[in-house]
Amino acid sequence: MQLIRRAGTEAPTWSPFDQIFGLRNELNRLFENPLTELGRSTEFFNVWVPPLDLYEDKDKLTVKVELPGLKKQDIEVSLHDGALSISGERKEQNGHEGGEAYRSERLYGKFNRTVTLPAPVAADKIKASYQDGILTVTLPKTEEAKPRQIEVMAG
Amino acid sequence: MKAMTNVENRPETVADNRGYITPAVDIAETKDTYVLEAEMPGVSKNGLEVLLEGNELTIVGHRSAQASEGEPIYRECKPADFRRAFELDPAINAAKIDAKVDQGVLTLTLPKSEQVKPRRITVTD
Repeated sequence: MQLIRRAGTEAPTWSPFDQIFGLRNELNRLFENPLTELGRSTEFFNVWVPPLDLYEDKDKLTVKVELPGLKKQDIEVSLHDGALSISGERKEQNGHEGGEAYRSERLYGKFNRTVTLPAPVAADKIKASYQDGILTVTLPKTEEAKPRQIEVMAG
Repeated sequence: MKAMTNVENRPETVADNRGYITPAVDIAETKDTYVLEAEMPGVSKNGLEVLLEGNELTIVGHRSAQASEGEPIYRECKPADFRRAFELDPAINAAKIDAKVDQGVLTLTLPKSEQVKPRRITVTD
């Protein structure tokens, strides 16, 4: 009877593939959380990065940004070189009649989000509305950017 | 004085909150009231529920239905509803809680009952 287990059969062997897969997992983990995600977590920078959605259909692009508790006049929307910028500031209402804060989780201050648009838009037809704390920017595509059906002619 | 305790870390509340977003909250205390502000973007007056059960205050915000805007290219906003629970100090006059919502921020005003308000007593000769 053998009391000592033979070494070698179960010991982990070094494999170049394991190393490569390990590295790949590390890199995936690194890129899984984009910077905006980091920015949103208050522990990191304490900077307000409001979440943004971008939708596309055949006629238009729609951008939605969650901006609870702002004044309409404190939001700025601009288009520059095919990129849409939304910026502004949420002002801290200083104390409710001199009240003392004992829980402060909301973020205040300036924010700026810029998104490159995936299609050219008609700048003069852009509309922005602010309701229930959500900013919705509707950007109609230029005629050239809209998909077009081409009829096949019989020769 | 801790008048409103967050109950979200209690195991049963964590389970309750699955599938909900915990809204960011500011709470301020003044002489007569507590003011709670919760961020609930996409929630209108009709989507709001403020429930008081015994000493537990629960705020729930249902998002208004959104028309489809096409193919999502980026999605950072979570479409889930909001929910958060707090334990109220008995010193709060539950009958007089006032709620309003403006541009996605719920403001609850919770008045203190008369007996806990600071009172000045005049010294008589």
